[in-house]
Amino acid sequence: MLALTGFSKWLAATSLSHTIQTVTWIIPTLQTIHILCVAIVFSSAVLVDLRIFRVFERDEPLREVTRRFLPPIWPVLLILLVTGSLLIIGEPRRSLVNTTFYLKMALLLVAILLTATLQRMVLTSPGVFEDRSRQMAGRALATVSILVWCGILFAGRWIAYTQAG
Amino acid sequence: MSYIQNLIAFFEDSSIADSIRENDTLFPTIESIHVVAICLVVGSILVLDLRLVGFASMNRPVGRLTRAILPVTWGAFAIAASSGFLLFISNATKYLANGYFDAKIILICTAGVNMIVFHAISAKDLPQWEKQKSPPLRARIAGALSILLWIAVVACGRWIGFTMQEL
Repeated sequence: MLALTGFSKWLAATSLSHTIQTVTWIIPTLQTIHILCVAIVFSSAVLVDLRIFRVFERDEPLREVTRRFLPPIWPVLLILLVTGSLLIIGEPRRSLVNTTFYLKMALLLVAILLTATLQRMVLTSPGVFEDRSRQMAGRALATVSILVWCGILFAGRWIAYTQAG
Repeated sequence: MSYIQNLIAFFEDSSIADSIRENDTLFPTIESIHVVAICLVVGSILVLDLRLVGFASMNRPVGRLTRAILPVTWGAFAIAASSGFLLFISNATKYLANGYFDAKIILICTAGVNMIVFHAISAKDLPQWEKQKSPPLRARIAGALSILLWIAVVACGRWIGFTMQEL
């Protein structure tokens, strides 16, 4: 924790951090881009999960729905990485010495693994989750996916309320 | 005008509004639900907008995609609006005095008008073009306008947080 505090102090003293801190429109703009990208990633994942539950685009094979919605997640995650990193550089203490931030990152790791697994399974073996025996497995996966993504969004909002004074 | 002021005062002075103001975890919790719902509203409507513009889901007929996506969008919108209402009444007077809040409400209404105009007028001959990869110009304009309006709604939402006076 002490090392992180020291690193945060060093980061906050860099000229890039200084610019982000002092130009007032930069942080809200970065946060707006960040949330819009979260909206894209979250909705894409949830729509595929809803398709697994057969409540969205039932007339379209799961494979086609997955092909439309899951691959675009990855480039958008890159934008999230960039905007998220810039937000950390601007206010290092807000996240780097904040447990909620690490919870968000841990959940994100789980979400990435889940989504990548789902995408690979559905695209390489079409019809997976369609037969009755695998249906439950698919629904369990979809439920966990929705919960984990919601957890990421909740944690993201709570970072603002749990930062060290 | 005084009727509206009375109504706002009634909500702002209610015990629910008081709990949201005073409780340390209630406001952030409702705010988190609001963020999840808004993300689903914006993300799901973007699916339809990108189809109208001719960028994505091009193999899906517009009518079918609309019927699949709008229940998700409206369900999420109901949650976003009710959670937003709860956040609003916790400090109604201060929110109303905030230009970004007012702009956000006007932008949401404009997005609604854009949708009504599209469904009532521009999409009357939908069956004739709904399978085209690139829909007619009026549909592409409605899609592009919707994308811009929702980006502005999210931006205003974020700016409210930076311009509200200390509570």
